[in-house]
Amino acid sequence: MVTIDTHSIADEGVYELSVHGEIDASSSIYLETALKEAMQQSKKILIDMSELEYISSAGLGVFMSILQDLENEEIQMVLFNMSEKVIDVFEILGLNLLMNIQPSKEEALAELK
Amino acid sequence: MLSQKGIIRLSVIFATIFWSLLTIVDLMAAFSEKNEIAFGLPNIISNLLLAFFICAILIYYRYSISKAESVNFVDLLWKVFVFGLVTTIVTLVIEFFFNILDGHRLTENSIIINFFYHINMGLIIGFVSSTYVVWKRLILYQKTKSLLATWQIYEYLLLATLIYDLFFHHYNEPSFIAIYAVLGIIGLVLSFNLKWIAYLNFKQKWRSLLFILLVVVYIWYFVRTLMFYSDKSILIRDLLDNVFILSMITFIVIYAAISFLVILFNLPTTSVFERKLDEAVSFQRLSQSIPAGESEEKVYEILMESATSAVFSEAAWIEIRDESKNINVTLTDRIEKTAIPKIKSAVESSRFKKILNSEFDQNNDQIKLTANIKHPDYKSVLQFPVNVKGEKIGKLVLLKEVNDGFNKEMIDIIDTFVNQANVSIENFRLLQEALTNERYQEELKIANRVQRQLLPDKLVQHEAFDIHAFTQAADEVGGDYYDIFELDDHRTALIIGDVSGKGTSAAFHMAQMKGIFHSLVHLDLNPEDFMVYANDALSRCLEQTSFITVSYFVIDSQTNKATFARAGHCPSLFYSAKDSQASYFKNKGLGLGILRNSKFHNYVQVNEFEFAVNDVLVLYTDGITEATNKNKEQYGSERLLKTLTQNAELAPEAIQQSLINDLYSFCEEDKLSDDYTLLILKFRK
Repeated sequence: MVTIDTHSIADEGVYELSVHGEIDASSSIYLETALKEAMQQSKKILIDMSELEYISSAGLGVFMSILQDLENEEIQMVLFNMSEKVIDVFEILGLNLLMNIQPSKEEALAELK
Repeated sequence: MLSQKGIIRLSVIFATIFWSLLTIVDLMAAFSEKNEIAFGLPNIISNLLLAFFICAILIYYRYSISKAESVNFVDLLWKVFVFGLVTTIVTLVIEFFFNILDGHRLTENSIIINFFYHINMGLIIGFVSSTYVVWKRLILYQKTKSLLATWQIYEYLLLATLIYDLFFHHYNEPSFIAIYAVLGIIGLVLSFNLKWIAYLNFKQKWRSLLFILLVVVYIWYFVRTLMFYSDKSILIRDLLDNVFILSMITFIVIYAAISFLVILFNLPTTSVFERKLDEAVSFQRLSQSIPAGESEEKVYEILMESATSAVFSEAAWIEIRDESKNINVTLTDRIEKTAIPKIKSAVESSRFKKILNSEFDQNNDQIKLTANIKHPDYKSVLQFPVNVKGEKIGKLVLLKEVNDGFNKEMIDIIDTFVNQANVSIENFRLLQEALTNERYQEELKIANRVQRQLLPDKLVQHEAFDIHAFTQAADEVGGDYYDIFELDDHRTALIIGDVSGKGTSAAFHMAQMKGIFHSLVHLDLNPEDFMVYANDALSRCLEQTSFITVSYFVIDSQTNKATFARAGHCPSLFYSAKDSQASYFKNKGLGLGILRNSKFHNYVQVNEFEFAVNDVLVLYTDGITEATNKNKEQYGSERLLKTLTQNAELAPEAIQQSLINDLYSFCEEDKLSDDYTLLILKFRK
């Protein structure tokens, strides 16, 4: 199961999501909905991955499927605070080459400036 | 042991023999009396013959009259009636004979009179016995222990009187009267067991009344005949002096009289009982599962039929709208479909509406209610929703031509019917689903067989290396793929792939990957071009969220070098025999189908490595490294590396087995939740 909290950082115009739990084939739909919502709300999206324990290929597929839209709509999306296990998964697949992944929130925010 | 048929035949034979002997003996006695000759045989002999005759007759009926069941009460009475009819006709013929020859010398002949008396006697005993057995069957229908005990006492007493009757007694002797009275009282008590009457329908009750009346008429006639003979003092034997026969006759008459009255007074309530039975039958029909090939509509038909007959409604309709099952039915009974909207609006505007269900429901069209309506034809209406799994899919509407036509009992019974119909439909749907599922299972089995053929069934052993593969899918079909192809006499192409997700969609993409591999491998491309073309092809056919990770190797046994590219696939593991160490090839690479444009080639990196004898290359899918144990720990690449290092000396198949065994013992089970594949190459030179 996965839970996703969302809130806006008002003065920066940044929309932040925090992902908790596990994303597998059945729960990836929640991630997709949350990302689509975020992309409508803001052009600057931050995703806190610190509480994400596991992501399956279906979850990675969700990130992958929005890459083209992010580019088309010029939306910046930065992921930060990934556990080693999760970042490993991103790296093996090569998604780290296409996505902005930062170690901490400060660095992530700096990317959005 | 004798069979039932044997006993019946024997009893007939014995009854005939005993009756003939009795008649001969009695006629001889009459003859000797007439001619005033002393007759040598004692009376007890002839009495004994009579007793034996009675016993044989009783045994005959006991075995030939079947047990009472609710379906054959009238048949039993019919048997009694027919036998009585035959007896009466014979008796009438004899009477007629006497009447014609009235005053003739023959009719005064004591031997002739005694002979005809014996014929009558035999028939009457037969009739009385058959009636007695039928009465017994009726009384013992739905027997209890105490009833059975009382009946046995009665029967044994009755048989005991046969012994009493061995010695001539006159009917006005005190002992005779005492025995007769006792038997009469017990008979009276037993006669109040009339449960069978409740199971007769209206028609059967009328027929039973007729038959019972006729039985009484027969008995009256027989007794009159016996008394007529009795008045002639020349009789050798008078059946009226036989306490056994008298008691039986009395019992038969008492039971006949009581059942006659009970049936008569039960006539008016029969329709209620019949209706209850109808309800039970309707309920049973509704609860039966729908036979294969029939549709749900059958249930709705039965529901409407049962409901209509249970509450005597003048018209009814049932309408079902279930979009999920694509069902749209309206069944009507004695009403035109076109008349429905008018009634609906009359219900809507009715001021005498009673809503029956407690739940709050906005939709007036779907609630349980009774109402009096203003309508030229119908004055009251009862409406019930039809539910399946809590979803209202339609309603049943019953109409009557009078105000307040539906009382509490009717509403309750309709409630029961509708609920039962709901259950039947639910069961029917569940069964349908189960059948569909079974078909899907079959389809999956076929898919599994087809997919296994997509993987190479036997890996070609190469002069440069030994190879062994192992693959297992989490479901019937999976998304793991591997293949091998000889490019020329010294170069071999090797691929391992993993489609994102699992199950059927993954299996289709895996088949596409195989197609792409076999199209491209013939072009003899370098790993980079292979990846670029494969990405291009897959970008056009993969679902938006799907991708495929692949590792592609070209192994050259001439140069002892292998070039390879990794497209998002798990890093391959290489064991060097010289260093006795294993390590992962950590080159860059992006999964196929992730970047669906011309920039993909920027993310392909081709590497090369040299191999020597006894080096081991391990290719695998993430089902292995991501397998978890109960504590949600992953097996991980470190464990894989360590286990390989420990077992690298073995042959490829043994290496594979030790790796899989280690994996299973880590997970503590041998059924993983993902597809997993392991490919072991051991170089020979």
